Amino acid sequence: MVERQSPLEPVLQAGSHGNFEHGVDIILSETQPGSIVQLAAWPGEERRLISGIRTVTGLALPDGAGGGSTDGVKSVFGFAPGKFTVVDEAEGLASAFAGVVTPAIGTVTDLSHGRTAIRIAGPKAEWVLAKFFAIDFALPAFPVGAGRSTVHHDVFAQIQRTGADQFDIYVFRSFARSFWKALCHASEEVGYEVQ
Amino acid sequence: MLITCPYCGPRDVIEFTYQGDGNRERPQPASQNLDAWNAYVYDRLNPAGDHNEIWQHSGGCRAHLRVVRNTLTHEISSTAFARGGHKSTARHKAEGKS
Ligand SMILES: [Zn+2]
Repeated sequence: MVERQSPLEPVLQAGSHGNFEHGVDIILSETQPGSIVQLAAWPGEERRLISGIRTVTGLALPDGAGGGSTDGVKSVFGFAPGKFTVVDEAEGLASAFAGVVTPAIGTVTDLSHGRTAIRIAGPKAEWVLAKFFAIDFALPAFPVGAGRSTVHHDVFAQIQRTGADQFDIYVFRSFARSFWKALCHASEEVGYEVQ
Repeated sequence: MLITCPYCGPRDVIEFTYQGDGNRERPQPASQNLDAWNAYVYDRLNPAGDHNEIWQHSGGCRAHLRVVRNTLTHEISSTAFARGGHKSTARHKAEGKS
């Protein structure tokens, strides 16, 4: 495979930053998953697509808009009617789906090189994200595993909650560096660590 | 102004793109009925009150929605997916002219 270069590389500075004298309340990192795949079902084929996701990843999708789940290695969430984002630490997810999601069921789009995955974790993760996105980040409204699609200054973002205090954000690769810098600025007030 | 997307829930209007009057009915592409084309392109109700509109949740799930918005108050009284063959029951300007 082609060796992937991170768009964050020139600006990602490991260590503690901002107002961290009393500890860091935010941890930022780039998760660099091997595979980011978008699946879309034709109308009426959603059930077959969801069972195909379970076949390939072992992950079951809960009912409802924006439902999702994660096992720490693979993650899946709905981001639109009949459409799902599936992420794997390993490469090759798109070809694994190609044999399962047949043209009669829907489409498979490999976005592994088109998106950058940024993880924000820590007790102030909800606080910092609430400054970016006009959606409800409280745990009852946005449960673990669930996904949301929204925008920050017209930059499209898909967000999955992968822990009570942890969110994975998928942004366009071309916007990732500016988004990362904005995220760092927003985290300064609470003290943040880049890993 | 908040629009409640049937998939994403209530979202700020900046996430949406207006796709035009939801009362229009596009003639068949081969239609040579010039009155029908003229009505499709030009005739608008311009109501002071509830108005059928098409919006796209472009900064979210990207679904196209049928929205009823009050042009006086911006109150959104209903939203639904545009997909599903919904036919407008609203009065058309061309009606009654014959
Ligand atoms: Zn939506």
